[in-house]
Amino acid sequence: MRRILAILPIIISTTGCIDKPWNNPNPTAKAGEIVYYSSFSLRPKHLDPARSYSTDEGLFVDQIYEPPLQYHYLKRPYELIPLTLESMPRETYLDANGKVLPSTAATDSIAYTRYTLTLKKGIQYQPHPAFAKNEDGQYLYHFDSEHEGRQYTTLYDFEETGTKQLTARDYVYQIKRMADPKNLSPIKSLLETYIVEFSDLNKQIKFSRENLKDKNSWIDLEDFNIAGLNIVNDYTYEITINGLYPQFKYWLAMRFFSPLPKEADRFYHNPGFKKKNISLDWYPVGTAAFMLTKNDPNSEMVLERNPNFHEERFPSVSESSKFYRFSEKKLPFIDKAIFRLEKEALPLFTKFSQGYYDRSGETHANIGSHSFDQVFSFGADGIELTPDMQEKNIQLEQDEKPAIYYTGFNMLDPVVGGYDEKSRKLRQAISIAYNDQEYVDIFANGQGKEAHSPIPPGIPGYQEGVKGYNPIVFDWEQDRPIRKSIDYAKELLAKAGYPNGRDEKTGKPLVLYIDMSASSSSSTPILDWKRKQFEKIGIQLEFRITDYNRFKEKVRQGNTQIFSWGWLADYPDPENFLFLLYGPNSSAKCACDSVNNTNYDNPEFNALYEKIKVMENSPKRLKLIEKMVEISRIDAPWIFGYTPQEFYLNNQWVSNNKRHGVAGNLLKYTHIDPEIREKNQMKYNQPNIAPLIAGTGLFFALIIPAATAYRRRQKETI
Amino acid sequence: MLSYIIRRTLYAIPILIGVNILTFVLFFVINSPDDMARAHLGDKYITEEDIDNWKIQKGYDKPLFINSSESGFDKFSETIFFNNSLKLFVFDFGQADDGRNITADIKQRMWPSLAFALPNFIVGLVINICVALLVIMFRGTKLDQTAVAIFVSLLSISYLFYIIVGQYFFAKTWKLVPISGYLPSEPWKFLILPILIGVISGIGQGARLYRTFFLEEAGKDYARTARAKGVTEIQLLFKHILPNALIPILTGVVVVIPILFMGALVMESFFGIPGLGSYMLDAIRSQDFAIVRSMVFIGSVLYIIGLILTDISYTWADPRVRLS
Repeated sequence: MRRILAILPIIISTTGCIDKPWNNPNPTAKAGEIVYYSSFSLRPKHLDPARSYSTDEGLFVDQIYEPPLQYHYLKRPYELIPLTLESMPRETYLDANGKVLPSTAATDSIAYTRYTLTLKKGIQYQPHPAFAKNEDGQYLYHFDSEHEGRQYTTLYDFEETGTKQLTARDYVYQIKRMADPKNLSPIKSLLETYIVEFSDLNKQIKFSRENLKDKNSWIDLEDFNIAGLNIVNDYTYEITINGLYPQFKYWLAMRFFSPLPKEADRFYHNPGFKKKNISLDWYPVGTAAFMLTKNDPNSEMVLERNPNFHEERFPSVSESSKFYRFSEKKLPFIDKAIFRLEKEALPLFTKFSQGYYDRSGETHANIGSHSFDQVFSFGADGIELTPDMQEKNIQLEQDEKPAIYYTGFNMLDPVVGGYDEKSRKLRQAISIAYNDQEYVDIFANGQGKEAHSPIPPGIPGYQEGVKGYNPIVFDWEQDRPIRKSIDYAKELLAKAGYPNGRDEKTGKPLVLYIDMSASSSSSTPILDWKRKQFEKIGIQLEFRITDYNRFKEKVRQGNTQIFSWGWLADYPDPENFLFLLYGPNSSAKCACDSVNNTNYDNPEFNALYEKIKVMENSPKRLKLIEKMVEISRIDAPWIFGYTPQEFYLNNQWVSNNKRHGVAGNLLKYTHIDPEIREKNQMKYNQPNIAPLIAGTGLFFALIIPAATAYRRRQKETI
Repeated sequence: MLSYIIRRTLYAIPILIGVNILTFVLFFVINSPDDMARAHLGDKYITEEDIDNWKIQKGYDKPLFINSSESGFDKFSETIFFNNSLKLFVFDFGQADDGRNITADIKQRMWPSLAFALPNFIVGLVINICVALLVIMFRGTKLDQTAVAIFVSLLSISYLFYIIVGQYFFAKTWKLVPISGYLPSEPWKFLILPILIGVISGIGQGARLYRTFFLEEAGKDYARTARAKGVTEIQLLFKHILPNALIPILTGVVVVIPILFMGALVMESFFGIPGLGSYMLDAIRSQDFAIVRSMVFIGSVLYIIGLILTDISYTWADPRVRLS
């Protein structure tokens, strides 16, 4: 025992001399390779750009595929710029006979809008076996039978790869893929509304498939043609849409409109490949800065630099900009990105604070109640990083997504719905009592901003300060909006026919119902908080809790009374928020999954929406939007809720952390300094083996007396 | 013995059909094919036609059990139940709702599950038996009473508590091992902590149970005779008491062995082990019936194998037992 105690200090002192941390969860990088380490929390379901829609999938898909347009990384408000195009698409207006109209033509005379897109030359696809050819120019791996491809079980089994140049044909092919019922594209119905004859294309492909022996086998989509899609030459194509829809250009920056070469589609339809998971949903093929080299959604996804990536440079900035050292530098800045699956928040945050993840999150900041106190403290200037975080020089970046979380009133409901003065006053009274800022402070760690209209910050039509506050719910005092008093809300309630929260005719207390799904009702404090908001003005609140499927069904059928919902915009235009209140988009009206879940239907609002929908952003349009916002405040179909403002944390060796609310293709801008990372990982992760030694000591301390007792017992005699 | 195994295997068929029907009914009581389609297609811009398309693609466009529009045997065969369940019996699990091959996924994920579950099981079993025997050695003393109190305390603490405390101290504070994750190239680095937690959290229940088995044996005549003949206490415990107490131990242990393939739901989830436990959990969350059905089927098959193995192990542990 004495010997053990004697060597203890030596063992403890040696713990400071390790050359590699013991707790490093990351694989060892090759020498000289710049690797970015991060995480993902949801297993991606689809990597096919015709199918993939979620932000989580965008973490991978958006780094691999290149739609024709992208958002400028640094400019705000958000600005579209060409990505694979030589210049922005040319818009041409046509009348019903297909005759070209001047750009000043009256809106109602425009029957079609044609977008002409011209590609940059020389863009190549990533190396891929789909493009590999033999000496005769025949594709090596396009098989006609399962037998031919039997030896290949993953994409990495193919010895040869090839590439090809990006052409207009590939973009058109991908748009046609979205009409193929087999691909189950989530925006098929939307495209049917806009692209000329798109629904005919869907019918043609459907008909062809029905006549096939194997309904899922390959069909050459180049054999199908419609008026809405036209290939002018190898580098130019045209999309013609019905009427006027200026927001269409935003869709051209989304992954759905990425190119997909026919060769790749044919390759992935090789007989038997689907059974082996060799599919486009599993192995994407694109032209962007990165290519997927490992797809193991159960644990790890790896993106590596595409060796054929065309030249793209960091935006040009002035010397005074903090981005100056990257100005016009060639992209991307990293060689590899390793994303590890992290489902639990605590391990994720621990790995970040140990320096093993470069950022706290990608699509979610992951700063929840478990870690908030470790990251933030409340100082004299409000919220600030804790000394520990400051010592580590952690960089904080705020993300304002174009999103809103609101509480909706079902306008078809006999109690809270309707458009008469009384029902309006009831909703307004509840809007005053229901303090969403309090909700954000308590339950979202202050990571959100109380909303005053359906339009969140960063979107044209959003206004700050006195111009943007909601006068129905707030008063403007001391340069800030102050929520109207509960007494005033009670007055409104009395005028609505419920003095002191009782029906003036029957004398019965007013009982309202919030419909919610079981998962969102799991937090008792939140339910209590909601109940208290209604109790402030004497209204009793009950919860109608069902499983998520039934909840959605109730929303669809208009059988709710009050419910909470959220919306993340597809593109940064007010139209993508105001359409949530457009009457014809009512879910109950179509008994379908539509976007207007409150079933709000105000003819004046609808007429204004129809106008702004076809207008480009201009002072005139903003004026109309202002009017629409005002109507929505008075009618109060929503308690406007809050817009999320998440704080993302970045370790000190990561640069270009600026968040973009809409764009997903940001990995190419990320810059890492691996030397600083290595140094800090060593510093943060010195193992402490003293508890191990203490534990061993304790074990012996227990064993020795037991052994002695046993020995004594064995020697005992009767 | 062979005829016994064949008979038990044949008995398994109606059990598996019953399990299948039960899983099917329970799943579809909660989720209709329309709900499943909506869950997979998302909330935005979805039409009834899209939902119908999805159902056709995935084979959910047919009636659940009986197809009244068909005649003869097709009334039963042209249904979701028939089409989806029959293939399971030839271990054709088909595709998950996101299009991925379930068999390929299972083959990939069973290894991390085994890498955790097997050592956790073996080390846990050995330690539980040793601790229980050690306690028996001091039966009736204060040490015995203290040990029982510790066992009860250990089994009263939630499994999650062990995980959180283990991760906090070993990975976060002392930085001895990674807090979570799994690399096939160096799995032990990631498995030490979950195995340690799994073993410690299991000692309370396991050692307490085995102590009871051993205690009963320790008071029997053969033990007293052995002691009288001068056998040491350690020899008595390991050579005489342990083999005689094996039957009740095997009853609880052997049945678990095949199910080790299925992984550990909570442990895999918290430690980021990409095994079958987390696969099942994800499938339930995403309403993927194809995976749920396959995993329940495999679980049932393995459980039945476990029961047969248990019976066989009795013949090994006690030569008097004969299977007929």
